[in-house]
Amino acid sequence: MTTPIKEPTPVPVGKVSTPVGARPRKPRKEERFAEGGGVLNAFSHGFLILWALMIVFPLLWVVLSSFKTDKQIGGSAWSWPSHWSFDAFSRAWDKGIGDFFVNTLVVLCGSVTLTMLFGSMAAYVLARYEFPGNRALYYIFVAGAMFPVYLALVPLFFMVNRMGLLNSYIGLILVYVAYSLPFTVFFLHSFFRTLPTAVHEAAVIDGCSHTRAFFQVMVPMAKPGLISVGIFNVLGQWNQYILPVTLMQQQKSGDPDRSMLAQGLVNLALQQGYSGDSPALFAGMTVAMVPVLVVYLSFQRQVQSGLTAGTLK
Amino acid sequence: MRHRKYPFIAGFLFVPVVLYAVFVIWPYIQTFGYSLTDWSGQSQTMNFVGFDNYSKLFSDSVFKKALVHNMLILVFLPVITILLALFFAFMLNVGGRGRAGAVQGVRGAGIYKIVFFFPQVLSIAILTVLFQAVYRSDEGGLFNGVLVKLGLEDKQHPIEWLNSPDLVLWCIIGVLIWAGVGFYLVLFSAAMQSIPKEIYEAALLDGARRGQTFFRVTLPLLWDSVQTAWVYLAIAAMDVFALVATLTPGAYYGGGPDFHSEVMATYLMRNFLTYGKSGYACAMGVVILLLTLILSAITLRITRRERIEF
Repeated sequence: MTTPIKEPTPVPVGKVSTPVGARPRKPRKEERFAEGGGVLNAFSHGFLILWALMIVFPLLWVVLSSFKTDKQIGGSAWSWPSHWSFDAFSRAWDKGIGDFFVNTLVVLCGSVTLTMLFGSMAAYVLARYEFPGNRALYYIFVAGAMFPVYLALVPLFFMVNRMGLLNSYIGLILVYVAYSLPFTVFFLHSFFRTLPTAVHEAAVIDGCSHTRAFFQVMVPMAKPGLISVGIFNVLGQWNQYILPVTLMQQQKSGDPDRSMLAQGLVNLALQQGYSGDSPALFAGMTVAMVPVLVVYLSFQRQVQSGLTAGTLK
Repeated sequence: MRHRKYPFIAGFLFVPVVLYAVFVIWPYIQTFGYSLTDWSGQSQTMNFVGFDNYSKLFSDSVFKKALVHNMLILVFLPVITILLALFFAFMLNVGGRGRAGAVQGVRGAGIYKIVFFFPQVLSIAILTVLFQAVYRSDEGGLFNGVLVKLGLEDKQHPIEWLNSPDLVLWCIIGVLIWAGVGFYLVLFSAAMQSIPKEIYEAALLDGARRGQTFFRVTLPLLWDSVQTAWVYLAIAAMDVFALVATLTPGAYYGGGPDFHSEVMATYLMRNFLTYGKSGYACAMGVVILLLTLILSAITLRITRRERIEF
């Protein structure tokens, strides 16, 4: 098959993780060799800074815009907010961003917990126990990662509809869990394989049951891997767009609006365009953006190694 | 203990497998089944029509247009993204001022990597709202604001980025590249760090220039990662649904102006939800799936090189 995901060499993530940048060594006296190094250095710094600005500038601009007035946003893109107030944030919060935020939190609490629980259970059994069909099941799980979600969207919608779970937290949680399983199982499978067997055997000899050995011995040992995948799932599910758009539409006019944050934001943007309250829109974006950036910055080693571990040979 | 192994395995696998089968595997299988019917989506009645949907698809001019757009994205997105990511990764890891012949990365390589990765953690929805503001068709937009400031553009006749039939597709590709480079940079960077520094230093001692070390040392040793990146980007190029659906003009899943940014995924969704041609939409889904598989296979086949052990 052509699964792009290859068997990774198991990377014990939390502890080692990919080294972030080669630390500049202490400069030594004898500067020779590799003439042109200086030119290249200036040249590379130039390009790197340019691209970094291209990333940071728009994001900063969004945050700044949430402090501007509507008039200022309509004017030149270069204006500086005239006075600093959090009005736009409270207006955005009232416009539903607050509800969407809470909806997203509720769903994520359920879905990330269940994803980690079921994902690690399946990965553990597939990695550590021999039984007929083990490999086949593993490949079926992993293959799910390579197909775009929208191909399954039509039948998925009707499946959830038949269960009566459209626009319900439970429905979305279950769907999130199911679609997060391929990556979770794939990643944790290789992780559980790297753990030493001796501790597990000792526990079993002492009379520990399989289930208890998993929860009290293996899970604590797999903590670094679980954290990596957990963060990845938080980011992925927080940013999920196409699934909530399909599954979380209001069915009747009386239905509560259970939009996720990303989805609610786009609806808000589409509804009012730019005639409405743009500062509130930018404030909403800031609200949606800042939590993921904070999570990413605090765990960036795990996120980067987690994302690339699946693709490295 | 042995005799209790199977109940334990079954107990642990039961819930995950059921969830996965019901919500992931079964819908994919159903897509194939529905593609052979004239199912409208609303009613549960449908007739078996064989391969009618598929033959209709080949004479559908909008679908062909969408296919061409996907192919354009498929060519430009991977090439530009991989070149940029390789370039930046090389800069970060070996572009530093060589002292005493030592090869090293530039100062602050870690910070660059963190910043370049930012867009990867942002939701597609945020990208949409952000780039709607960036591409705004008056002075308030970031691009037009810059161009007016630089005096390159008349304030009265700004460029309407997303409404221009010639530009809209490139705007989409631009966003994808902007967002994607960071990920592949980190990917290549990790691979480059696993290349022993001695190889570079030996090459430099033998009189190789920096550029030569890139093409003769780095690239051959990175080939596996480049290949992986290519397959990933090819899959991404077939699926630009969310961005096109929300960023481009046009009622129901974008694609405008006048189908100039239509991609297969948006056309599929419009057929399914707006036109009520669910069977037809499923046939489209199957075609897209097959194309994705064929493309990945071709990519892996033609980029295959002898693996270099190091």
